[in-house]
Amino acid sequence: PYYVWHKDTDLKGADVVILPGGFSYGDYLRSGAIARFSPIMEAVAAHARAGGPVLGLCNGFQILCEAGLLPGGLVRNDRLRYVSRPVRLRVEAVDTPFTNAYRKGEEITVPIAHGDGRYVADAPTLAALEAEGRVVWRYVGENPNGSTNGIAGVCNAARNVVGVMPHPERLNAPVLGGQDGARVFFSLEARDATQHAGDLRAVGGHHRGV
Amino acid sequence: MTPFPGDPPVTSALVEEHHLTPDEFARIEKLLGRTPTLSELGIFSALWSEHCSYKHSRPILKTFPTTGPQVVQGPGENAGVLRLPDGWAVAFKIESHNHPSAVEPYQGAATGAGGILRDVFTMGARPVAMLNSLRFGSLDEARNRYLFAGVVKGIGDYGNCVGVPVLGGEVDFAPGYTGNPLVNAMCVGLLKEKDLIRAAAHGVGNVLITMGSSTGRDGIHGASFASEELTAKSEARRPQVQVGDPFTEKLLLEASLELIQSGHIVAIQDMGAAGLTSSSAEMAARGGVGVEIDLSLVPTREKGMTPYEILLSESQERMLVVAKADRVKAVEAIAAKWDLTAMPIGRVTDDGMYRCMWKDQVVVEIPGRQLVEDCPVYYPEAKESPAVARLRTERPTPHSPLPQVGEALLRLLDDPSIASKRWVYEQYDSSVQARAVIHPGGDAGVLRVQGTDFALAVTTDCNSRYLALDPYEGGMAAVAEAARNVACTGARPLGLTDCLNFGSPERPEVFFQFREACRGISDACVALDTPVTGGNVSFYNESPTGSVDPTPVIGMVGLLEHADRAVPSHASGAGDVVLIAGDTSSELGGSAYWEVIQGFRGGTPPRVDLVGARHLVDFLVGAASGRLLKSAHDASAGGLGVALAEAAIGGPYQNAGMGLTVDLSNYAPALSDGDLLFSESHNRAVLTVSPDRVPA
Repeated sequence: PYYVWHKDTDLKGADVVILPGGFSYGDYLRSGAIARFSPIMEAVAAHARAGGPVLGLCNGFQILCEAGLLPGGLVRNDRLRYVSRPVRLRVEAVDTPFTNAYRKGEEITVPIAHGDGRYVADAPTLAALEAEGRVVWRYVGENPNGSTNGIAGVCNAARNVVGVMPHPERLNAPVLGGQDGARVFFSLEARDATQHAGDLRAVGGHHRGV
Repeated sequence: MTPFPGDPPVTSALVEEHHLTPDEFARIEKLLGRTPTLSELGIFSALWSEHCSYKHSRPILKTFPTTGPQVVQGPGENAGVLRLPDGWAVAFKIESHNHPSAVEPYQGAATGAGGILRDVFTMGARPVAMLNSLRFGSLDEARNRYLFAGVVKGIGDYGNCVGVPVLGGEVDFAPGYTGNPLVNAMCVGLLKEKDLIRAAAHGVGNVLITMGSSTGRDGIHGASFASEELTAKSEARRPQVQVGDPFTEKLLLEASLELIQSGHIVAIQDMGAAGLTSSSAEMAARGGVGVEIDLSLVPTREKGMTPYEILLSESQERMLVVAKADRVKAVEAIAAKWDLTAMPIGRVTDDGMYRCMWKDQVVVEIPGRQLVEDCPVYYPEAKESPAVARLRTERPTPHSPLPQVGEALLRLLDDPSIASKRWVYEQYDSSVQARAVIHPGGDAGVLRVQGTDFALAVTTDCNSRYLALDPYEGGMAAVAEAARNVACTGARPLGLTDCLNFGSPERPEVFFQFREACRGISDACVALDTPVTGGNVSFYNESPTGSVDPTPVIGMVGLLEHADRAVPSHASGAGDVVLIAGDTSSELGGSAYWEVIQGFRGGTPPRVDLVGARHLVDFLVGAASGRLLKSAHDASAGGLGVALAEAAIGGPYQNAGMGLTVDLSNYAPALSDGDLLFSESHNRAVLTVSPDRVPA
C-alpha cells in the first residue's frame, strides 16, 4: 500500500482506493465538505466510475457522501456527543469487494469513534438502499448515533464504492482484543476482487500510521 | 534605548500591574543598568512569573531523583525522555491548564491538550497517547457541572481531531476544587532515540523562523494569569483565554516531525506560555547564544500590534524554529507543503544578548542568560496548619445506625469520584492509531508499539484526600499507586512526570504541603526506581473559598516487554480463582468510606510501606510475564469492596458482567466487615487466575 497526497491528481495506477478516517480540514464547516474538493478526488471519482473498488472509513465515508459517490449523508449523533466504543454490527451484504470474506448475517465487533455518524437519506433513497441490498452493515442492539434504520455502512448501485462509519481497520489483531475487522481487507484477496488484484493503495495521509 | 512610540512610561503602578515586586524591579534595573522599556518589563513579567521561572519551587524540585540508566532526558527540556528496547524512546510530560479552564472550560481545556502535544512532538516524538487528570467541586452545583462538561468536550474535540488516543486519566470531585478546578493533560510520544532533538539554539547566523498560526492579541499575559489567585474579577480574564485550532495543530505536528527528520533545523520549540518571548529566550539560554528578532516581521492577525503585544501574545498553534542558515528555503517548502506559513524573523548571534528590533529601532536588549537564569529564588516559610494536624487525630462521630456493608458498597459505587468514568472516556477516541491493548477504564492504559514486541503502560494518579491530611504520606502514596496501576497490567514502572497543583506558596501551610509532598514523591521514586523526568508546578490554585487540596498528580510510564502478555483489570473467565495480594489492616483514615458514608474527611491516611510496594510491583510484573494472571486490579479508594466489584463489573472494552463469590473469613479474621471491605491499606491487588495455575 502507498499514500497519495491530497493535492496530487493522479492515483499512480492504484487498483483499490481507501479513504481513511480522520478529521480532514478539522471537520470545520461540515465533515468531509472541504476534503471533497481536494484535487485527488477527481481521480477517485473517475476510478469509481470505472468500477474500481473504493472504501471510505469514517471520515472517508463522509467525504464519499459529500462527493456524491455514495448516497445520503452523515450528521451529528443524536445524543450530540462524540462517541468512542466497540459496537456490534451485522454484515448485511457480502457481495462487495470489502465484505465477501464474511458470511451474510454474521455479527462482528468493531470500534466506532465519531461525532457525526448518524446516517440520513431521503425516503426514496432509503427504500432503494434496502430493496437493492445496499445496506452493507447495520448496528445490532443499541443504535449508537441514531442512524436511520441502524445503517452503519452502504454501497453504491454498482457495489464497488463502500462506506462505513465504524473502524474495521482498528480491530484487526489478537493483541488489540479482536480481529473482526481484518476480513474487510482480506476480502480484497478473494475472487470477487481479482479483476482488480494488485496493491492495496490508500488516499489521504492526515492520520498516517493508522 | 528610546521607548517605542505610544508606549506608556514605566511607573511603579505599571510594575505592580505586571506582578513584579519592588525588589524584583530593582533587580531588573541593576541587571540592565537602566529602567526597562515597556516591552522589557513585559518580558521580565512573563519569564519571572511563577509559571515560567519556578521561583518558589526550584530549590525543592532539585531534590527529586532524576537520573538512572533509563533516563535519556531529564527535567529542563520540553518533555522528559526514557529509553525503550530496540533503539526506541518515550517522550512524555504533564502540564496544567487550570486557570484558563476555570473561566472558559471548553477552550481552556482544549488549548491545554494542544500545548502538551506540542511539548512532546517538538522533541521529535510522535504523540501516541494522551491522559488527563481532572478535579472539580461537587456535581451538585450547576457551575461545576458546566465546567466538567465543558472541559471534557474541549479535551475530546481537540484530541480527537489531532488523532491521538486518550488511554487513561482520572476524574475526582471534592469540595476543595469549587471555584478552581484542576485540568492536567499528559502526552506520551514515541521516537527513535537517535532522532531526539533538544530545544537549544546554536550556530551563529542560524535563522529563527515562526511557523503556524499568525500572532493575535489573545492570551497576552497568560503566564502571569496562571500565577495569580482566582478572584471574582477573573471572569474578566476570559478574553485572555486562547482559542484552539486542532486542525492547524495536526498540520504543525506533521510539519514539525518532517522538519526534525529533514536535518534542516537545529532546534524547535512551542510558543506556549509567554509566547515568542519564552520560546526565543529559553532556546537562546539553553544554547548559550544571543538572538536578534525583528518583531515587525512577525505575521500578525491584526494591524497595529505593538512589540509588547507581539512578544507576549499566547496565540495557539505557533512554533519557533531555528533553521540552519542555508536551509531556510527548504524549511519554507516543508511548511508550505502542510499549508503553513513560515516566516524568518531573526537570527542567532554571538553576543549573548536577547535583542528585539522594530525595523531599525532596538526595542529590547537584555543579557540573555541573566534574563532566564537570574530570576530571584524564594524560600518561603513552611508550617503545617494546626487544624490539619488535629484532623489527623480525629475519627468520625459514630452515626447510628451505620448502613449494612452491602448498602455502603452500593453508595460508594454511586459516588461520582468512584463510579465508572465511562461518560467521560467515551467522548475520547481511544482506538485511533490502532494501538490500544488496554483502553481507558482499567488500572493503566496499554499501547502497543507497532513493529516491536513491547508495549507501554500509562497512568495518572493522585489521592488528594490523603495529601490534605498528610502530604508526605500522600506524596508517597501517589507514586506508589501509579506504580501499582502500571504493574497491574504487567508493565515495569520506568519513570514519571508530575503536575504539582497547590495553593499559594506564600501561605506557610500551603508551602508545607508542597515541601512535604515533594519529599514523599522523592522517597517513593528512589524506592521504586522511577526517576522524575520533568513536569509542571501550578501554584496559586486559590479561589475565594480557599486553596485547592494539595494535588501532585503523578503521570507514570511503564514498559511491558511482551504486548500480548498485558493483564486486564477485569475478571473474564467463569471458574477462575479470585486471589488477594497484600494485607489489609484497619486504615480508614482519609478513606472514601468515611467521607461518603460518614461525612467525615479526616483521620490518619494509610501508611505507605515502600519496601512492600516494591515487592508487589515485582510480583505483579513477574506473574504477568509468566502468564499466570487473567486479571489484576489495584485496591485503592473504596478498598477491597470497590476493587472486587470493579473487577466483576468490567468495562466497554472488556468482557463485562462477571459475578464473584469471595470468602474473606480467613483473610483478615480480626477485622470488622467495614474495615475489611473499605480500609484503604496500600499494596493490595485483586487477582483472578485460572484454576490450574493456583497452588493447591
